[in-house]
Amino acid sequence: MTFKGIFPALTVVGFILAVWTLAVIPMNAHLTADQAQRDDMIITPEAPRERQEISGLGLALKNPAIIPLTYVQQRPRLPSPHQVAYEMYDTIFTKAPTSRKSLVYHAWVTLSATLLGFVIGTTLGVLLAVGIVYNRTMDKSVMPWAITSQTIPILALAPMVIVMLGAIGIQGLLPKSIISAYLSFFPVVVGMVKGLRSPDGMQLDLLRTYSASANQGFWKLRLPASMPYLFTSLKIGISAALVGAIVGELPTGARAGFGARMLVGDQYGQPMVTWAALFAAAITAAMLVAILSLMERRTLARMGMGAAA
Amino acid sequence: MMAIVIAGVIWATGWWINTKLANGPRSDTRAISLLIPVIFGVTIIAMWQVLVTMLGVSPIILPAPSAIAQRFVASIPMLWADFEQTILKGAMTGYVIGMIAAFAVALLADRSPFLTKGILPVGAFMAALPIVGTAPIFVKWLGSDWQSKAAVVGVMVFFPILVNTVAGLKDTSAMQRDLMRTYGAGYWPTLLKLRLPAALPFIFNGLKIATTLALIGAIVAEFFGSPTVGMGFRISTSVGQLALDMVWAEIVVAALAGSAFYGAMALFEKRVTFWHPSQR
Repeated sequence: MTFKGIFPALTVVGFILAVWTLAVIPMNAHLTADQAQRDDMIITPEAPRERQEISGLGLALKNPAIIPLTYVQQRPRLPSPHQVAYEMYDTIFTKAPTSRKSLVYHAWVTLSATLLGFVIGTTLGVLLAVGIVYNRTMDKSVMPWAITSQTIPILALAPMVIVMLGAIGIQGLLPKSIISAYLSFFPVVVGMVKGLRSPDGMQLDLLRTYSASANQGFWKLRLPASMPYLFTSLKIGISAALVGAIVGELPTGARAGFGARMLVGDQYGQPMVTWAALFAAAITAAMLVAILSLMERRTLARMGMGAAA
Repeated sequence: MMAIVIAGVIWATGWWINTKLANGPRSDTRAISLLIPVIFGVTIIAMWQVLVTMLGVSPIILPAPSAIAQRFVASIPMLWADFEQTILKGAMTGYVIGMIAAFAVALLADRSPFLTKGILPVGAFMAALPIVGTAPIFVKWLGSDWQSKAAVVGVMVFFPILVNTVAGLKDTSAMQRDLMRTYGAGYWPTLLKLRLPAALPFIFNGLKIATTLALIGAIVAEFFGSPTVGMGFRISTSVGQLALDMVWAEIVVAALAGSAFYGAMALFEKRVTFWHPSQR
């Protein structure tokens, strides 16, 4: 993004934050009113049952005194941005990264599974793509399935994969990585097949006039030509891999990782924990995509394809 | 040992037929290009069946295809109820809400180049985020029935559709817009007669990406709480009971629903954008 493009984007982000901040008042109004009444504040209407019948916004307008209190609830329905920011600061910077209370620790648990799975999935995906491009039988048999598989909610398999592997004694990092690998595999196959086929007839003919071998054709023409496609698929693949690792943590009652934090926050009524895990996962996804974008720009610029990015 | 030999023979036969077909003279006809992947799929399932039954693989690790088929047929009423709850109520409602919201925001943003410039990067960024993670929050707000699933799905499909629609609405050349201006067409005629049709291929791209997301959102959100019906509920409880044949039966339903949903969108696209080069 250019410097000039940042201002419109920041405006949109600012707008979203403003809506969020305002939404805190009606979302938490009932909760806050109940609590304020217990603390001997006078709330209209007085009976809790009557309060249930008016909207959060109406309640807040009738009792302006509770508005500031909606922002400092211990267990809000909707935490305010500053509460989430504080929770993230607290769990990222003030706790030792090895402690279970640290988000960095949980991030690493999820991230290591994601990266391992991403590397496995990408490697297998590229190999299969090469096979598909050079073997007609493979192309005709496997390619339709690779395309169809993208319309299937593969993520639904996640709980079963975990249990299946658990039954044969594989636990910990690997089951999550296999889900991540599986999710990043198909986008890479489809993208790489497209990329390896992108050189046109003229370019292939030119290599033939140089009497280049099939091997040279692959390393000097097809592989370089596929790079823009590869990076596009990698960016899709890595965010899919992260989602896969997070969902892989849900069904097993895992004790560490973003998915576990979301579940814990949900079950023990600690909304800030859920929200902080959610934002940390989002930031992790954004950083992974950003790193790949940077690599893409560097690689393509080196190869003289900078304009393609 | 015997099992592996038989599986090898099945594989070799299937591959041999496909090699003949793929390199044969009529390999590019429609029938043959459909037949080859079918043979490949049948080969894999046959090998799976032989290996699981002959090696005595425990059904809590991998059930045989025949067992899955039996379970599927035996529990069609239950599978239909789950399908209705998760796909028809959760995923479809959410998909429609997300789509309408995305179109509305795209049209609003389209009035201002400043907003368009802001929404494109932010929307593309949001589309890459693990939005499924909002599921526990929505379940807490809207209860465990399908409404919360629809909300998760709505948020998940919103961003890809928004980004594609906004990008599509920008996809007309200055020459085309000038032509509309010489006809004296204002904003709305230009939008309806030129820019919206030109944006359709982009919009359908977003709608097709969103079909899979909708199913994923509806199923995964049920892992965080659901009534005692639904595909995600059935998957997570059956996994707990080690009834993997039931899980596979649900996955078959999910696969069929996903392909059908995507296929319906693709067909609709073909009917509406018949004029586009990619459809001819």
